[in-house]
Amino acid sequence: MAATDTELDRAPAPEPVRPAASRSGPDVGKALKSAVLGGLVAAGLFVPVMGLRTVQTNFGLTLRDDWPSVAWAVGIVFVGRFLLSLLVWQRPDRRGLAELMPAQAKPLLARAATLLGPALVVLALTMPWFPNTGRVQLDLGILILTYVMLGWGLNIVVGLAGLLDLGYVAFYAVGAYTYALSAHYLGFTFWLALPLSGALAAMWGLMLGFPVLRLRGDYLAIVTLAFGEIVRIVLLNWYWFTGGPNGIGGIPRPSFFGLPFKRGEGGFADFFGLHYSPDQRLIFLYYLILALAFLTNFVTLRLRRLPIGRAWEALREDEIACRSLGINTTNTKLTAFALGAMFGGFAGSFFATRQGFISPESFSFIESALILAIVVLGGMGSQLGVAIAATVLIGGFEYFREFAEYRMLVFGAAMVLIMIWRPRGLISSRTPSVFLKQRKLISGEHVGEGHG
Amino acid sequence: MEYFLQQLINGVTLGSIYGLIAIGYTMVYGIIGMINFAHGDVFMVASFVGLIAFLLLTAIGITFVPLALCIVLILAMAITALYGWTVERIAYRPLRGSFRLAPLISAIGMSIVLQNYIQVVQDARVKAIPPVFTSGFTFMDHSDFVVRVSTVQIIIVVTTVALMAVFALIVSRTSLGRAQRACEQDLRMAALLGVNTDRTISLTFLMGAALAAVAGVMYLVYYGVIDFYIGFVAGIKAFTAAVLGGIGSLPGAMLGGMAIGLIETFWSAYFSVEYKDVAAFSILAIVLIFMPSGLLGRPEVEKV
Repeated sequence: MAATDTELDRAPAPEPVRPAASRSGPDVGKALKSAVLGGLVAAGLFVPVMGLRTVQTNFGLTLRDDWPSVAWAVGIVFVGRFLLSLLVWQRPDRRGLAELMPAQAKPLLARAATLLGPALVVLALTMPWFPNTGRVQLDLGILILTYVMLGWGLNIVVGLAGLLDLGYVAFYAVGAYTYALSAHYLGFTFWLALPLSGALAAMWGLMLGFPVLRLRGDYLAIVTLAFGEIVRIVLLNWYWFTGGPNGIGGIPRPSFFGLPFKRGEGGFADFFGLHYSPDQRLIFLYYLILALAFLTNFVTLRLRRLPIGRAWEALREDEIACRSLGINTTNTKLTAFALGAMFGGFAGSFFATRQGFISPESFSFIESALILAIVVLGGMGSQLGVAIAATVLIGGFEYFREFAEYRMLVFGAAMVLIMIWRPRGLISSRTPSVFLKQRKLISGEHVGEGHG
Repeated sequence: MEYFLQQLINGVTLGSIYGLIAIGYTMVYGIIGMINFAHGDVFMVASFVGLIAFLLLTAIGITFVPLALCIVLILAMAITALYGWTVERIAYRPLRGSFRLAPLISAIGMSIVLQNYIQVVQDARVKAIPPVFTSGFTFMDHSDFVVRVSTVQIIIVVTTVALMAVFALIVSRTSLGRAQRACEQDLRMAALLGVNTDRTISLTFLMGAALAAVAGVMYLVYYGVIDFYIGFVAGIKAFTAAVLGGIGSLPGAMLGGMAIGLIETFWSAYFSVEYKDVAAFSILAIVLIFMPSGLLGRPEVEKV
């Protein structure tokens, strides 16, 4: 295997060979050639699979042709490639957006960027009181915040400690099932089960962390992935206890310091002399997850300044150096796993109380991939980036709900495109936790990505 | 005993399919050090191409099974190889030399794209074909449990062994194989010495996809049922197999595939069908904990 972690290899990839366009103008012939090639490849890809569709009839499977779709798809590839080749790839001076701006705009933009975080916080706090906020918007807000929290939780493991975890959803599942099962069998309420969910998830984090301590890189990734799948399969098959694929329903809703959200006497609305509205519970849930997410963020930011947080980041930068300096890497890794898992567990227990019904279907690998994508797309280790990525991905995903079939397709394509556009994530600068005199942002290029 | 023998035969068949997919993972990982998450879905696309090719051949009247199977295999290999090449070109090549997690995420994105592309164009229903081969051999007829080897199983194992031999030859004897081994050792150095690394990597993806295509067609013929989701589980298992055998090693991938196939089959046969995946994954974890570089992999040297 090629050594991929030397300084040399971190240098940006050499520019792909591009047709050397003359200054006089773009080379139409070359663009046409590249477009024809692209069109031919697209035809090769689409003709068999898209052009010939398998249809179930009374006589078994038969083929039905669909050439218009193929023609459209090939045409789009052809035209797209032609235009890209003509207008983007051949431009002699390919400047980024940042360089196209006038010079005085830069400091302004930088100041605007520092205000982005607080602005988002204010927006999140006031969102339920906007005049046009209804059930749909609140539900979407809750969903986005759940993923923001999960992203921040996973960020501890991946972004700070540099341990690649592909089975994070297992802890989410542990948290959700802890609440659902304890409510079902023992009659626990949400507030009683919440710490229990976190504790149990943290314990599972340790249980996963212990055996994988020696593993690094993609071996770690695959074992954590396997762990996530094992948890899901066990939940699916432990029929008498977890209900198997049927899941668990009737999970009790949370109460406001003992006041349930219900119509009539003794409810939240009655106690405070308000008119009962089903939105009250949604608003409460919204603020609940917002508080949980802020808790995650706050703990992470504080931990970064504690010895343990510094040890995580040191571990990410260089494990061997870390060991030589006397840092106990075992404890460092285990605490990262346990803390990340704990927040996953909290989020899971919130998920259970919000849905009122959970089944193993909600905890498949794709969820893990989604959370990891949020962390990486946002810029590993950047709290703000994770929040933005979660909003963009989940918000966009829910926004296009009408195009049910195509939205996953677009979602996947967006993941690929964002990575190609910004391999270091949307927010590619990091705030150092130790600095001399002045706090300066450092580029994500200089931050290690960990070996684990 | 008869039961054991039957399970052994089934396990070897399944292991061959896993092994074929695992080679794609292991070759790509060996050269550029990334998990090609979309490889399982390339396998799934291949089985759909195979299905379409079978239906097409039936429609134009070629029903002589060995001939049809050969044509289907060639078509599936060609088209799937094109898919493998495109995936590399779109999602991985722009990220070459970028940091480690970027290609991983774009691979996951590509896997989502392929799955949903097939779901959109071929709908989400399960596709079933009537059995292509119904013949087979039975032995131990005298006992109460008859051991049966079907023609499909023989074809799968023979094809796998033959392809393994061909690929071993390619890797060890041809100039392409030499370039691949050079890239595996040190990509930068190979480029400096005049190896066209981009082309070598593209060809590696092509080869991996072609093998996955064979696995896809075999899966279709063996089980007769496919849907757009088969790539995920098969891909994970095959990657497990590649890691188990020692990632980067071709014989290791085959060995790991066999091991996973046998473990899964025997676990289903003697313990429980539901937990067969748990068994496979647990054994993966145990092997990695005690032999972190897999069965045949070289131990990774830590450089300070």
